[in-house]
Amino acid sequence: MVTLSSDSRPIIGRGPPLWAGLFFLGFVSIVVMVLDHRGGYLDTARLWMSWAANPIYTVVQAPVDAWNWVTGSFADRSHLRTENEQLTEELRAARTKLLRFDALNEENRRLREIREASKGVSERTLIAEIVNVSVQPFRHMVVINKGADDGVYRNQPVLDAFGVVGQVMQVGKTTATLILITDAEHAIPVQVNRNGIRSIVVGTGEAARLSLPYMTVESDVKRGDLLVSSGLDQIFPAGYPVATVTKVERNAKDTFALVEAQPLAQLDRDREVLLLWADKPQTPAPEAAIEAVKK
Amino acid sequence: MSVSDGRISRLRVTVTVIIALILAVLPLPRWMDIARPYLLLLLVIYWSLSAPRIAGMMFAWLCGMAIDLLKGTTLGQHALAFLVVSFLTHKFQLRIRIFPLSQQTMTVLILLLVYEVLVWYTDGVLGYPVTTWARWIPVLTSTLLWPVVVGILDTWNRRNR
Repeated sequence: MVTLSSDSRPIIGRGPPLWAGLFFLGFVSIVVMVLDHRGGYLDTARLWMSWAANPIYTVVQAPVDAWNWVTGSFADRSHLRTENEQLTEELRAARTKLLRFDALNEENRRLREIREASKGVSERTLIAEIVNVSVQPFRHMVVINKGADDGVYRNQPVLDAFGVVGQVMQVGKTTATLILITDAEHAIPVQVNRNGIRSIVVGTGEAARLSLPYMTVESDVKRGDLLVSSGLDQIFPAGYPVATVTKVERNAKDTFALVEAQPLAQLDRDREVLLLWADKPQTPAPEAAIEAVKK
Repeated sequence: MSVSDGRISRLRVTVTVIIALILAVLPLPRWMDIARPYLLLLLVIYWSLSAPRIAGMMFAWLCGMAIDLLKGTTLGQHALAFLVVSFLTHKFQLRIRIFPLSQQTMTVLILLLVYEVLVWYTDGVLGYPVTTWARWIPVLTSTLLWPVVVGILDTWNRRNR
């Protein structure tokens, strides 16, 4: 029981009455909510306020970092050697692939130049570490240790070594919050890699399941198809792997098929993710399009 | 103790709030994460009862804002819910603080339900409805935690008087 001491609320009015406080602060909260929800008028405020939250993240992260450091420094030699061999092997395989990729990239650039549809895709990446803090239990969001000071911006695409992870949702000075593609509020436009059918992948709120609600019954999609980003949202650059189709159920009387996919990125195992700065594909100016039609 | 409310110093309130904020973002396994109690809200209720001149409504509002910031929710959402809980606590402070612990715990359960309904409602208005029944688990765990919080903090306050 909370003990009774001398410091209770004065019975005879002193200071502003309770109702006044409730209405004033309640009004302020609602204004703040509206401003934050509609178009992020408070991005700058959030930037600085999350900077103040940094010490808390550091405290939470400290034991994890310490543990990693300890296990890292006491790893024995044979373990390091096998790991080294394995990495060398992987590197060799990756180099070979890269050679082929280089050739394809070159060809792609030439083709694009011919079409003059867009400039060469020049990209810059930055590795960010996932800060080990827990955000909301029913949303799929993570905090990373890079923020506005590193040039991170809202809606920036985020990848890992296997596929698309998600996008930046809130930016702080030195941290940022990502929304993962599996979050129920996230959607990403994709293409079936095999035949170029476009659709949208929507998160379900479950870690290993994505859904494609807008695939018609007739559309040619089957189990095992690779889905890549189509770039139509102007957020994710085109051509990055997103998911593989795991389930297709067609019901002839329905308009849409029940299609489910599994994300390729290792969303629940990642420790590091890749922030991507991609040149936005230039959309041809409307005048140019009209000219083209006239010709 | 220059800045103090009766016997409870501002420093003590701040220390407990910082601990609660750290515990609010501490990574936990999934099943524990879902059941994570609202420790900060319990503290706001506790301090509003035992040190209402330090822990006023502005204090509650700022605590809610901190939660919004750390949890990445829309700014102002938890602030509003904290504010309403704090208002109710202040309104009935003189009554709640002399309740026996069992009755006090029931009152806290009601306050937590008010809080959860408010957050649930604003979630819906903002377009992120979470309708799973699992979102009510923290209300129960927090209620169960209340006697513990009161026990620890009362002991601490009594010893350091």
